Amino acid sequence: MKFLKQPWQRRHLVEAFMKFIMRVSLVFVAGALGLILWIVVVRGLPALSWSMITQIPKGGYYMGKEGGILNAIIGSLYLATGGTALAMIFSIPIALYLKTYLGDSQWGHYVRLSLDVLWGIPSIVYGAFGFTLMIAFGLRASLLAGIIILALIELPIMTRAMDEVIRRMPVDLEHAALALGSTKLEVALRVVIRQMLPGITTAILLGFGRGIGDAASVLFTAGYTDRIVTSLMRPTASLPLAVFFQLGSPYPEVQRRGYAAALILTIIVLAVSLGSRWISARLNKYTIK
Amino acid sequence: MDAHIQVKNLVAYYGKQQALKNINIEIPKNQITVIMGPSGCGKTTLLKTFNRFFELTENTTLTGEVLVDGQNIYDKDVDVTEVRKVVGLLAQRPSPLPMSIYENVVYGMNIHRMKKDRREYKEAVKHYLEIAGLWEEVQKRLHDPATSLSIGQQQRLCLARGLAVEPEIILGDEPTSALDPISSQNIESRLIELKQQYTTVIVTHTLRQAKRLADYVIYMYMGEVVESGPAKEVFNNPQHKRTKQYLEGLF
Repeated sequence: MKFLKQPWQRRHLVEAFMKFIMRVSLVFVAGALGLILWIVVVRGLPALSWSMITQIPKGGYYMGKEGGILNAIIGSLYLATGGTALAMIFSIPIALYLKTYLGDSQWGHYVRLSLDVLWGIPSIVYGAFGFTLMIAFGLRASLLAGIIILALIELPIMTRAMDEVIRRMPVDLEHAALALGSTKLEVALRVVIRQMLPGITTAILLGFGRGIGDAASVLFTAGYTDRIVTSLMRPTASLPLAVFFQLGSPYPEVQRRGYAAALILTIIVLAVSLGSRWISARLNKYTIK
Repeated sequence: MDAHIQVKNLVAYYGKQQALKNINIEIPKNQITVIMGPSGCGKTTLLKTFNRFFELTENTTLTGEVLVDGQNIYDKDVDVTEVRKVVGLLAQRPSPLPMSIYENVVYGMNIHRMKKDRREYKEAVKHYLEIAGLWEEVQKRLHDPATSLSIGQQQRLCLARGLAVEPEIILGDEPTSALDPISSQNIESRLIELKQQYTTVIVTHTLRQAKRLADYVIYMYMGEVVESGPAKEVFNNPQHKRTKQYLEGLF
């Protein structure tokens, strides 16, 4: 027969082997994710209670008595939302400027390089930097300082995420708009941004995820408090630090609450992730592939 | 001849590569002019100098003049967006903007603030889609993404979008080369219908299309205009050997 299968031929063997390696990698990664979720759920779920998400720590909470971590939940939502919003305000114009006026020029290259370097800086360094500045200006740890530091951390991530999306935009699209007599700014604001909308939601997701999960930077800049924050100038609690402090406790019931706090954090990130995917899919309708 | 575009001593370079060598031609008003010639002869480059698209390619230089209604569009105090509003372009492949069919037509009118209210925009969208021969097909789905249309429909949408900014000149850079025969024919008949009101300049590499469309012909070879004149004269009685060879299909 002319078309007989020859599984022992070298190229078919190589393909089978490579496919196997790819599958193993996939199983490893999926397994790690599954394990993380499993541990957080198994350890955190029993300790998760209604009072945990509706109350602030009461006297003796850190020794296992009554209370919850509403202060940290609200603090983290404020911090991450504020940081992401602030980072958006700066990253969208930077991304558009990179595309519209710098392009692939030498300057564009430098800006991208510095953003990539900023992306790689550990958050503890951002925290230390923010702390130094606060001392220099005589400021105390506050929600505002935390938001600013988180915005700085999120800015390079969000800008580069958007930049990569815009750079993949077909040049014909830009030319089509220019041919109708658009200025470069009109192309940027009316065409590029439309094309970029799904990219913006991805950027928000990345930025928010990084911001809400970051412990080191807010440790120095936002501080920690058992009260619900009411002013930008006051310190605030945050979920990552709530996890950290409670897991470090010698009391087993407090440790379990640490896992519960981690579970809450994971659920928030998951919700934001799914929500932005949903929005992204709807915005995707008009983009040119 | 009533010339709408006059090209004087036009020289263009891509880097050090000369693409246009001292072009001097006139393009008649409200007729279809076809620029033809073998690949790489500079016909698309010449077309791109008419709406100042040549400068979008990096590292290019250009000297000489392109006059539209007697005004040099390369003058220092010329607003390039106004030039491109008057000189519309139908590209090789249709490229709809990332928005709905309706918004695609509105886009140009909107940036140039050409209409006062929604009702005027709606009427204009209908009007230009009708001219482009697309209205029947899309009137029930104006708010669908433009990409949901077939390629042929997209090109007619691009025509409607271009006409909506009320240009005087339509440039076509091989506007049917990406389309199937029926869509191509459709675009060709639109262009013939429109030639009373617009000066049309088409670049094509298909001789048969040139013969179907042209009122006036420019034949180019190696960055130079070899011959130009009314279509009948050039096709029936070419003056130059190269034009004759091209028309006979020798290259």
